[in-house]
Amino acid sequence: MMGFSRPQTAAFWLMVAAIMIAPAILYPVFLMKVMCFALFACAFNLLIGYVGLGSFGHAAFFGMGAYITAYTAKAWGWTPEIAILAGGLVGGGLGLAFGWLAIRRQGIYFAMITLALAQMNYFLCTQWDFTGGEDGIQGVPRGNLFGLFSLKSDLAMYAVVAVVFVACFLLIHRIVHSPFGQVLKAIRENEPRATSLGYRTDDYKLMVFVLSAAIAGIAGGMKALVFGIATLTDVNFPMSGEVILMALLGGMGTIFGPVVGAAIVITMQNYLAPFGAWVTVTQGVVFVVCVLAFRRGLIGELAARRRLSL
Amino acid sequence: MSLSRRALLGTAAAVPAAATFRSARAQRPVVKIGVLTDLSGVYQDIVGPLAVESTRLAVADFGDRGFDVEVLIGDHQNKPDIGSNLVRQWYDRDGVDIVVEGGSSAVALAVSGVARDKNKAYINSGGATSDLTGTQCNANTLHWTYDTYMLAKSTGAAMVKAGGNSWFFITADYAFGHALTRDVGNFVTQAGGRVLGGVRTPFPGTTDFSSYLLQAQASGAKVIGLANAGADTINCIKQAKEFGITTPLAGLLMFISDVHSLGLDTCQGLVLTESFYWNLNDRTRAFSDRLWKRMPNRRAGMANAGPYSSTLHFLKAVQAMGPAEAKKSGAALIAQMKKMPTDDDVHGQGIIREDGRKIHPAYLFQVKKPSESKGPWDYYNLLGTTPADEAFRPMKDGNCPLVKA
Amino acid sequence: MMMILGIPAPLLFGQLLLGVVNGAFYALMSLGLAIIFGMLNIVNFAHGALFMLGAFTAWGLLNYAGIGYWWALLLAPLIVGAFGVLLERLFISKLYKLDHLYGLLLTFGLALILEGLVRNYYGSSGLPYRIPSQLQGAQNLGFMIMPNYRGWVVLAAIVMCVITWLVIEKTSIGAKLRAATENAPLVQSFGINVPLMITLTYGAGVALAAFAGVLAAPIYSVNPNMGANFIIVVFAVVVIGGMGSILGSIVTGFGLGIVEGLTRVFYPEGSATVIFVVMVIVLLARPAGLFGRAH
Repeated sequence: MMGFSRPQTAAFWLMVAAIMIAPAILYPVFLMKVMCFALFACAFNLLIGYVGLGSFGHAAFFGMGAYITAYTAKAWGWTPEIAILAGGLVGGGLGLAFGWLAIRRQGIYFAMITLALAQMNYFLCTQWDFTGGEDGIQGVPRGNLFGLFSLKSDLAMYAVVAVVFVACFLLIHRIVHSPFGQVLKAIRENEPRATSLGYRTDDYKLMVFVLSAAIAGIAGGMKALVFGIATLTDVNFPMSGEVILMALLGGMGTIFGPVVGAAIVITMQNYLAPFGAWVTVTQGVVFVVCVLAFRRGLIGELAARRRLSL
Repeated sequence: MSLSRRALLGTAAAVPAAATFRSARAQRPVVKIGVLTDLSGVYQDIVGPLAVESTRLAVADFGDRGFDVEVLIGDHQNKPDIGSNLVRQWYDRDGVDIVVEGGSSAVALAVSGVARDKNKAYINSGGATSDLTGTQCNANTLHWTYDTYMLAKSTGAAMVKAGGNSWFFITADYAFGHALTRDVGNFVTQAGGRVLGGVRTPFPGTTDFSSYLLQAQASGAKVIGLANAGADTINCIKQAKEFGITTPLAGLLMFISDVHSLGLDTCQGLVLTESFYWNLNDRTRAFSDRLWKRMPNRRAGMANAGPYSSTLHFLKAVQAMGPAEAKKSGAALIAQMKKMPTDDDVHGQGIIREDGRKIHPAYLFQVKKPSESKGPWDYYNLLGTTPADEAFRPMKDGNCPLVKA
Repeated sequence: MMMILGIPAPLLFGQLLLGVVNGAFYALMSLGLAIIFGMLNIVNFAHGALFMLGAFTAWGLLNYAGIGYWWALLLAPLIVGAFGVLLERLFISKLYKLDHLYGLLLTFGLALILEGLVRNYYGSSGLPYRIPSQLQGAQNLGFMIMPNYRGWVVLAAIVMCVITWLVIEKTSIGAKLRAATENAPLVQSFGINVPLMITLTYGAGVALAAFAGVLAAPIYSVNPNMGANFIIVVFAVVVIGGMGSILGSIVTGFGLGIVEGLTRVFYPEGSATVIFVVMVIVLLARPAGLFGRAH
């Protein structure tokens, strides 16, 4: 199905079943948070896992998506699907600007440039009037889907988040397994060779950067609607760090890894939240352990041991 | 903060803290109070653990009136998304009836919206924004201890009267700073003074204010207004001394804990406004002595003490309505609280207005010289009092939708 | 009063001088990063956390052992440097054969751990550290009052930068170091212990960060986040300067401090953003940075 390998198909249906059953057992707001971040992590993974570009500034796209969705839904009364789409478009537009500057350099320079650009975006967000500065945009209405169905109840909202998540997840999978995705992998493995084969590698990199940013913007927009708030936390640097952690922990370059990574990181945050800075310490420890002993991540290790492609 | 205490506080937040008095009979009604505060950030001295303790003191002072009271504790880390998320879970899953303290301006506005959506109750004590009882007011929220209007009126007007008729503002560049600058500016011009200019400093993250202070001095203003709080204010005052700046500073939002950490040597002569001082009268001294026994070596400022006053009033309202009624609707509970006059050791007698504003007098203090201070925490001389009915913005000017024109 | 571009001259000079003070910190920090990067090919994300650790060590020496500022200025870099040696041996040395990105991720994790631990034990509201008695007071320069301590910061930073530069460019150790950067196996074959040299280089870079931390302690309140905000700006400084050159990091550090100081006069709201704007412009004009070699 859609270029899925057999174990991937099984894992996919397992995930869909889990999404459908879970709200009967767990707090739906928590589950929606997991899906928003899982999508964000998948978008980030598209870039680092399949093109080898490690962005340290992805919070910028996630956060701008959240701001734009929140603002258009609240101030202009846009319906949720249009508002989320707007968040994705602006995220992608910002990605175009960042990407155009950042792909001039590679590796760690790329990481540092995206980080600095995201920080600049953060400072701008503290200045712009529409972001509400330190207060953020609050009291964002979830509105009526297509102007018809109210999303006020958590379960209605849950259904929308679940559909968008699965759709974007499949989209990312399609991108990776298309001819376009094959060129991306060629660039990751050996860029000079891809260039010599006649591919304009910079164009490919920029395109995938924009796609990744747009999907991150959609994830941010959904989060803004779920919680009714968009704030500086969403654009600030720790958010970029968290998404890296999710992808690393789950497995960069695997399609399910970021989803698992996001679920673990969000659960950890939830249970450790009352213990203040121990969240930070734990995240740091996970980083160190992953880099030293677990570079393929949980799903990556599983796949390697079982010789599966996940 | 020591590890053990943090771990303890953490456990208290994860598991509902033991009620101060728990009856053997399980079927007694229970009301739950959530104390949402800053336990780890820049405002932990202004509110934080001492605000938690003053809430517990109110529960103890109220005594056993036929229902149990549970106190839950949470840390909002000064982030509106974290605060509102936590409160949503409290209301949805943990059966919390009312949230007190409730953090800085940004957190306050977010939590107030959640309280309205879930029809629960919320009383803010630590936040400053007067919008909470203005355009953003709702039937589920009260604003208790102070606001930007009260600070602006008391400190701003007094400084102009004392000859400080030209001002330069150093403003923390976010909603609270802007609101405070706007409110103080209005009072300065109304009193015949002038605003010469100002700088907006990036927030958070500015630690070096020296260049802004030099600009303030170069403007020739007679007063430098500090429209910021906490660490920003402390850094401004310290650096003004370091750079030999002689223009008087007006700390527009300062608490006794700030004076304590700066020391009288640096702070002497500063003018500031609080709605509570531990050594103000017999009642405040009695309250402070009871609180001291629970948490020694610190004296409460207004934001630490506010939750005592609001919690006590909440418990009285619960008793008047009966716990079952009180738990049903946050709006009805808040309406009941507005009907009853308030009376407690922190603010004395007061009332709550229709827009949710609790009113009481505001006190203008001057920080003592080291030679005047008779002992630890003896820091303030009372300069003047703004009576309760003048201390807060008139209801008609707030544009609160609850107030019918 | 004399005016320059509509700004009173005394104010302008004052801001320039303050810019130099900030530039001193940028220079010290980016210098340490440049040395570590040159030798280890690691972008040390933990540099900000180690800067913070330097300030906390000075505070701890005073409050737990009664050791004052001047000894702290010597001891804190040694202690934190030794800690850095430990970090290099235990963690960073395992990564030399891998993609550079892993070094960045690992040191980022280390920074989170260090900052989180300090925040747990000391809270985040900041601890006071007094200016040493010899450096209290201020000089009236006519156009502004310059606190003695800030003057000392600039002096100490310049001296430290010059010493580092001399060691690397003019001594035999420095020559071996530069050679090892170019071709490690060759230098190793001459009987020089390259792994040891790498470890000590990391320790030295970290010690520079700790030195900056001690210098910063009396000016800024000593708090767990003091390095986290700083490191991102220093990264931008490094991108602007180009990572290839020691001299480049020093000059860019001071230069950007001054640019930032000027922004505070003309457009204060932009002072937090200006360095990033400069970075974008430099990237467009010279992708390898002002002093960097394109490769």
